[in-house]
Amino acid sequence: MRTASNRAAHDSKRLPVCLRHLRIAATTAYFVRGSVCAFARSQSVLDPAGPQSMHVFRLWSWFLAILTAIFVIVLALTAWALTRRHRGIEQEPLERVHIPSRETERKLLWTVGSGIAATVLILFGLLIASVTTGKAISELGNKQNGMVVEVIGNQWWWYVRYVNDDASQIVVTANEIHIPVGRPVRIRGTSNDVIHSFWVPELNGKRDLIPSRITDEWIQADRPGRYRGQCAEFCGMQHAHMSLWVIADPPDEFEKWKARQLQPAVDPSDLHLQAGRDVFLKYACVYCHSITGTTANGQVAPDLTHFASRTTLAAGTLPNTKGNLAGWIVDPQTIKPGNHMATLNLKPEELQPLVDYLESLQ
Amino acid sequence: MRIFVGIAVCCLALTSCNREKRDLRPAPVRLAIYENAATESPLEPGGSKPAPTVSNPYHGTAYDISEGQRLFSWYNCVGCHANGGGGMGPPLVKKAWIYGGEPANLFDTIVKGRPNGMPTWGGRIPEYQVWQLVAYIKSINQEQPIDTLSPRADTMETGSQNIKNKVPGATK
Repeated sequence: MRTASNRAAHDSKRLPVCLRHLRIAATTAYFVRGSVCAFARSQSVLDPAGPQSMHVFRLWSWFLAILTAIFVIVLALTAWALTRRHRGIEQEPLERVHIPSRETERKLLWTVGSGIAATVLILFGLLIASVTTGKAISELGNKQNGMVVEVIGNQWWWYVRYVNDDASQIVVTANEIHIPVGRPVRIRGTSNDVIHSFWVPELNGKRDLIPSRITDEWIQADRPGRYRGQCAEFCGMQHAHMSLWVIADPPDEFEKWKARQLQPAVDPSDLHLQAGRDVFLKYACVYCHSITGTTANGQVAPDLTHFASRTTLAAGTLPNTKGNLAGWIVDPQTIKPGNHMATLNLKPEELQPLVDYLESLQ
Repeated sequence: MRIFVGIAVCCLALTSCNREKRDLRPAPVRLAIYENAATESPLEPGGSKPAPTVSNPYHGTAYDISEGQRLFSWYNCVGCHANGGGGMGPPLVKKAWIYGGEPANLFDTIVKGRPNGMPTWGGRIPEYQVWQLVAYIKSINQEQPIDTLSPRADTMETGSQNIKNKVPGATK
C-alpha cells in the first residue's frame, strides 16, 4: 500500500493535466479555507463569542439561507425563461394589437399576484426575525451581576472607565477593555467630539457613540480571548486607525488585572527612569496625558498610568514595543496623520529615558 | 467639453487655496525665541527700531486656526482667559495690548510669559503650536480672513451665545 502511494506521489508529474489542475485547485482551496478561518478569528461576525453575537450570527445565517434560496430560484426562473421555446406570439407583426385571452390574463394575474405576495411575506418574515433578534439581544442585558464600563469615543482613541459607586474602585484606561468571562458588561457610550461607533463583532453589533447623548450596549464573552473592535462610523482622518481590543479574562485573572490597574504608577528609584519621568513632566506630554501618582493630570488624551500593561499603542495601530513607542513620540504625524499628538523635538538623550520610563509603567 | 474644462479649472483653483493647507508634519524646530523680533514700543533710546518682520506662518489657514482653538482649551488657556472674554486673566478680544498685538508680540507673550500670572510656555510646547494659538487669538479678534473661521464651535454647546463668544466673526 505504502509503496503504491509513494509511487503515486513520484508519478504525480505524469498525471493527466485535468487531474493535476484538480490537485492544484484542492491545495488552493485548502489554503484559502485556512486563511479565511484565520481571518474569521479576528474581528468576524461569523465567530460569535457571546450570547448577543450568537443571536446576530443566527439571524445572519437565516438571512443568508433564505436570500440564497431566493437568488437560486430567481436565477433558475431566468434561465428557464431564456431557454424555453417561443410559442409564436412574439413573431407576430407589431402593428397587430394583441388581445390576450381570458386564460392568459388569469395566469398573468396569478403569477404577478403570487410574486408580490411572496415578496411581502418574505420581507415581513425577515423584518419580524430582525426585530425579534433585536428584542432578544436587549433582554439579555439588565442582569443583576452586570458590570458598567463607560466608553467615550475621541478622535481617534477610546477612553475607558470602569464605573463604580466607590470612587477608589474606578479604573481608567484606554483602547483596551478587560472583561471577565461569562459576566454581562454594559458598555455605556458617548463621544467627546463627533459620532463614533463601538463595534466588536465577536461580542455584539454596532452601537453609535453620540456627543452629549448616552447609548447602551451589553456584551458578554463566554470564552477567554482577545476580540478586536473597530470604530464603525466615519469620524475623520484616522477613522481606520481607531480600533480597540476587548480582552476576556477568567474572573480571577480579571480581578488581578483590576487590582493592579487601581494602583498608582510606581515612582521609579532608578535615576535613568527618573530622568524619563522628568522629561514627561517637562514637555507637552503632561498637558494632555495623566499618570496617577505624578502631577500629570491631563484629561484629553489616553491615561498612561499603566501604559506598559497595554498591548498596542495609538488605538491599536502599533504593537506596544519600545521601538514603536519611540517612533510614535518622535513622529506621530507620519504614523497617524492628523492625530492630536504634538510633534515634539526631543533630544536623543531625552527620548531614551522617556521611552524606558513609559515602558516601565506596568 | 467646456463644462469639463470649467470643472478642471475650478479644481485647480481649489488646490491653490491656502486656507485649506494642512501642514501635518511641522518642521521639528526647537523653540526659537525671536530675539528683538517683537517690539512693545517704538520708543527707543537713540532713535527708533525697525518694525518686526516676523509673520505667523499659519496666518489664514483654517486647519491651524481650528487647531489653535483646540489647543486653547486643551492647554487650559480657557482656565484664565475664558473663551477670549477674560476671567482671572485679561480678555484676549481687544484693541489695546499691553505687550503689543503683533503676531510676534503674541508669540513672545506665550513663549516668555508675562508678569502677574501668565506662565512661560517656551520649551514646553512646540513652536508650531504657539503659532497655531496666535492664529486662533487673531481669529477671535477678527483679524483672520472671514472664510477661514469655523462656522460653529467644535463642542456641542447649545445656544448662540457660546458660539458667538468662541468665533465672533462667524456671526457676520
